[in-house]
Amino acid sequence: MGHLPRPRGPISEGIISALSGGALPSAGVTDPFGEDLQLSLYVCYELHYQGFSGVDSGWEWDPDLLRLRLDLERVFLGALRDGVPGGDDVEAAIDELMTDAPGGVSHFLEDKGELWHLREYVAHRSIYHQKEADPHAWVIPRLTGQAKASVVAVEFDEYGGGQGSAMHSALFCDLMRGLDLDDSYLAWLDDVPAPMLAVVNLMSMFGLHRSLRGALVGHFAAAEITSSPSAARMTRALDRLGVEETVFFTEHVEADAVHEQVMRRDVIGDLLRREPELTADVVFGLQATDLVEGRFAAHLLGAWDAGRTSLREAADAR
Amino acid sequence: MPDERRITMVTGGPILVEGPVEITLDDGQVVRSDRFVVALCACRRSKTYPFCDTSHRPKHRRGET
Repeated sequence: MGHLPRPRGPISEGIISALSGGALPSAGVTDPFGEDLQLSLYVCYELHYQGFSGVDSGWEWDPDLLRLRLDLERVFLGALRDGVPGGDDVEAAIDELMTDAPGGVSHFLEDKGELWHLREYVAHRSIYHQKEADPHAWVIPRLTGQAKASVVAVEFDEYGGGQGSAMHSALFCDLMRGLDLDDSYLAWLDDVPAPMLAVVNLMSMFGLHRSLRGALVGHFAAAEITSSPSAARMTRALDRLGVEETVFFTEHVEADAVHEQVMRRDVIGDLLRREPELTADVVFGLQATDLVEGRFAAHLLGAWDAGRTSLREAADAR
Repeated sequence: MPDERRITMVTGGPILVEGPVEITLDDGQVVRSDRFVVALCACRRSKTYPFCDTSHRPKHRRGET
């Protein structure tokens, strides 16, 4: 488990001090994509994953903290809904993700990334990949039939097909060590800014709410659809920079080409045959994933184009 | 008698085969995959041939040149 991070504003300060014995704050008005709200949600959600060292695990179901979390989720969810076009055309939403428009982070890393860019990118992503597939496991009991069986099959792949050392989270830690980065759990949380926190908070929120199961499925499909070509570019970036620990990305090229097909046909297809009223939620999940990933990419490329670190602390990725 | 092995042809995409599979290439090379579904490249553009790497996808969004 990780250590409690440093606060980034009044709400996260209140939550973090409450977890250490203080009183809870109220949500108030806050920027849905800002540091304070995103860190607050990340801390609330982490109580459902590994928890924090020195924090009573009973906080996971503390009604006052859950009420505060719900207030924050309403702000975040509202901003996500306002930020996407919506609609009920799943195929069109998938088509939007299928094309490999240049100008993304993996294009940058493949073409001109230096080792420090790569190390920063991996440090950002670690706050998801150290729990890769965990947010999606929460949707399993909310599905039935082929959709459920196929999500379990994809998750079995994500968890290394029964081999602990082949879990994608373990392969990611291998990559971190290959880049000489601290791979202890959530070692980078204090350094990762809101745009990446929002990427993970979206999955945690969709995973924890049965009412958002359609959005979780849409999100999962979006991640699998966009991962394969980007992993291929990351493999070439690592080759160019002389990094030998490439298994995490080579595995994702092949695995996610399969997972994309399974998610589209057997998960989304079957789910919407059973529950067609979830169509707009699936579209929302596809589009909202693109929105938060786009914000994250813009943050990274903006910092790098200006020659600055994309992390919150000094650029020396440990 | 077990069920027939299910193979799915994806229009403009890969051929999906229930795994595990052993594939013999033209040059005699044998490759294996024990994934629950294996996506075999049908467009010959894959850099990880015979496995699909999504190279069959269009390069540009519709309407772009």
